[in-house]
Amino acid sequence: MKLQRKNRLRAIAAGALAVSGALVLTACGSDDNSGGDGDKKTNGAIKCDGKGKILASGSSAQRDAMDLWVKDFGNECKDISVNYKGTGSGAGIQEFLQGKTQFAGSDSALKPEEVTASKKVCKTGQGINLPMVGGPIAISFNVSGVDKLTLDAETVAKIFDSKITKWNDKAIQKLNPDAKLPDLKIQAFHRSDDSGTTDNFTKYLKAAAPSAWPYEPAKAWAGKGGQSADGSSGVAAQVKQVNGAISYFELSYAASNGTKTVDLDTGADAPIPATVENASKAIAEAKVVGTGKDLALKLAYDTKAPGAYPITLVTYEIACDKGNDAGSLAALKSFLGYTASEAGQGSLKELGFAPLPPEVATKVRDTVTTLS
Amino acid sequence: MDITPTSPTSPPPEKQPPLAVDKVSSGKATRPGDRIFLGLSRGSGITLLVVMAAIALFLTVRAASALSKNEGNFLTTFEWNADSAEPSFGIAVLLFGTVVSAIIAMIIAVPVAVGIALFISHYAPRAIAAPLGYVIDLLAAVPSIVYGLWGALFLVPHLEGLYKWFDDYFGWTGILAYNDGTPRSLFTIGILLAIMILPIVTSVSREVFLQSPKMHEEAALALGATRWEVIRMSVLPFGRSGIISASMLGLGRALGETMAVATVLSTSFDIQTSLLDGGGGTIAQNIASGFKEASDDGRDALIASGLVLFLLTLVVNGAARLIVARRKEYSGANA
Repeated sequence: MKLQRKNRLRAIAAGALAVSGALVLTACGSDDNSGGDGDKKTNGAIKCDGKGKILASGSSAQRDAMDLWVKDFGNECKDISVNYKGTGSGAGIQEFLQGKTQFAGSDSALKPEEVTASKKVCKTGQGINLPMVGGPIAISFNVSGVDKLTLDAETVAKIFDSKITKWNDKAIQKLNPDAKLPDLKIQAFHRSDDSGTTDNFTKYLKAAAPSAWPYEPAKAWAGKGGQSADGSSGVAAQVKQVNGAISYFELSYAASNGTKTVDLDTGADAPIPATVENASKAIAEAKVVGTGKDLALKLAYDTKAPGAYPITLVTYEIACDKGNDAGSLAALKSFLGYTASEAGQGSLKELGFAPLPPEVATKVRDTVTTLS
Repeated sequence: MDITPTSPTSPPPEKQPPLAVDKVSSGKATRPGDRIFLGLSRGSGITLLVVMAAIALFLTVRAASALSKNEGNFLTTFEWNADSAEPSFGIAVLLFGTVVSAIIAMIIAVPVAVGIALFISHYAPRAIAAPLGYVIDLLAAVPSIVYGLWGALFLVPHLEGLYKWFDDYFGWTGILAYNDGTPRSLFTIGILLAIMILPIVTSVSREVFLQSPKMHEEAALALGATRWEVIRMSVLPFGRSGIISASMLGLGRALGETMAVATVLSTSFDIQTSLLDGGGGTIAQNIASGFKEASDDGRDALIASGLVLFLLTLVVNGAARLIVARRKEYSGANA
C-alpha cells in the first residue's frame, strides 16, 4: 500500500512537473513570437486609433483572411479586439442589420431591400459595400494521365450541365490537341449547400457563355445532373478521390489537396492559369457600380485582357457610411484601414487570396477614412 | 396496509392512510417538501408543453409567411429556389428522401438490433454480455458528424463493389440499378443511418427482453422448449411492444439526422428511380445546406420544411403510441 501510494505520488509529481514545464515553455514561445512579429513589421502600416471590441460575422470564404488580419492586427493594437465569425454571408448580413455587429462580411453586395433595411441600423446613413478580399475560383480536375488542361467558358458550361459527358469529347480534344484524353465518364461535382462560390461561378458561366448556360446565377446550384458534395472541402475531397472528377472551388483548396487546375481560354492570346496574380488582374478590370461611398464592383467575367483570370470572387465588408456605433468607430476605421492597406492586402497571397489591385485598394482606404 | 392493524394506539386507522393519498392526489400537500416537489414536477410538465407549443407556433407563423410568397406548389414543385425574387419551392423531393432513407435504415437496423439485444440478454455469457452492452451504448455517444466523415471517407469508396453487384443481379428492378458515379445515394444514407440508430434500438430492446417474466421462461423450459422456442414463445411476445417503441425512437433519430446526411449525400432536386444513384435530399440536410447563406425569405421557407418534419415526427410517434397501446393487451405483459 505504502509503496503504491508513493509511486502514485511520484507519478503525479512528474506529471505536474511536465505540465508546468510545458506551460512555461509555451509561454516563452508565444512571448518570443509576438516580440519577433512586432520587430519585423513597420509600425506605420497599422494605426491603432481607438480601443474596444469589434464584433463582425459573415462570409466563410474570407474567414482565413480575416483570421490572419485579426491576428496581425491584434499583435500590434493590444487595446482593440476583433472577433470575426464565419457564419455565412446571409447570417452575417442578418446580424449586421439587427445591429449586433459593427460590420459584416459578404460574398455579394447588399441587395436594394437590404440597403433599405440598413437605414434603420445606420440611423443617418446606410450600409455600404467595401471590396476587401478577392480570390480566384479554380476549376480543378482529376484525370489520370492528364496534367494540363485548357477549357473555355462554353465547354465548362456544357460539362457542368451534363451536355459533355466524356473526357475524350471532341470539344475538349480541340482545346487540348496534345493531351491524351481517356474514354472516361466526366463526373462533375457541384456544391450541395448554398454558396457564394457557386453564385460567382455561375455568374461567370452566364456572362461568358450565355448560350450554353441558360440558368440564372444563384447561390443554389441550378444546372442539370452531376453530383454534389457539402462545402469546398467536400467537393475538393471528391476531386482528389474520384478519377474523372471535375469541380470548382477556391484556389487554396486545390493547393492543399494537390489537385490540378484548368487553364482558361478566354480569347486572350494565351490560356490563363488560375493564380492569385491573374485574379488580381481580372479584378482590376471590374467596374465600380456602387453610388456614393458604396464601392460594389461589377466583375468583368467576359474580359479578354491578357493574363486576367475571370472566375474571381470578391467579398465585401459591409459597414455604415454614417451612423456607425460611436464607441467603436475609431477602432473600426483602424482595422478596416489596415485590411485595405498594402501590408494587409500583401499578406493574403500565401493564403490563396488575390490582393485588391492598387487603384481599388486606394478607393477603399479613402472611403474607410470618411466613415463616421 | 400492514401498519393499520398493528398500531392500535395511533389515531383512527381508517382516517390517516386514505387522507395522505387524497391529499397528494388532489394537490394539497401538507408538508413543505411535498408542496415544493409537487410544484417542481408540475412546473417541469408545464414547461415542456409551453416549449412545444412555442416551437409549433414559431414554425407555423414563419412557415405561413414563406408559403404565402411561394410561387410554386409547396407539395408538388421539384425545386428549391426560396431566395430568388420569385421564390418557388416544394417539399416533395425532400419528404421522399427523408422517408425512404429512414425506411431503409429501419429495414437494416431493427432485425440486427433485436438480434444483438437477444444475444446480450439470453445467449451471451455474462463476461461477454456486459462489455458488449457497453460497446453498443458507446456507439450512441459518437457525434453524427464523425459518422458523416467516416461515411464519406471510408464507407462510400467501399460500397461501389456492392452496388455493382446489386446492379448485375437486381438492376432489372429499376430500384437497385446503379449507373457510374460515386455511391453517395439514399441507400448509402440508409446504411449510415442504420448504424447510427442501432445503439438506441438495441439498448431499449435489451432492457425490455431482460424484463420478460422469468416464470414464463421457466415454464416454457419445463415444458421441454429449446432456447429458441423459449424466446419465440415467451420473450418476443412480451417484448413486442418494446421493440416497436424502440424502433420508433430510432426512426425519430433517422428522420431528423442532419450532419451525417449533409456530409455524405450527393443532392439534387429530383426523385431518382434507383435508390443506388446519387440524388434527392432530406429535409434536415436541406436546412443545414441552405441556412447559412439564406436571406429572410429563404430562411422562412426552410422553416416551413422544418414544420413538415415536425408534423411527420408527430405522426410517427402518435402511430407508434397507438400500436404499442393496442399490442399491450395481447402481449400478456401485464399478467
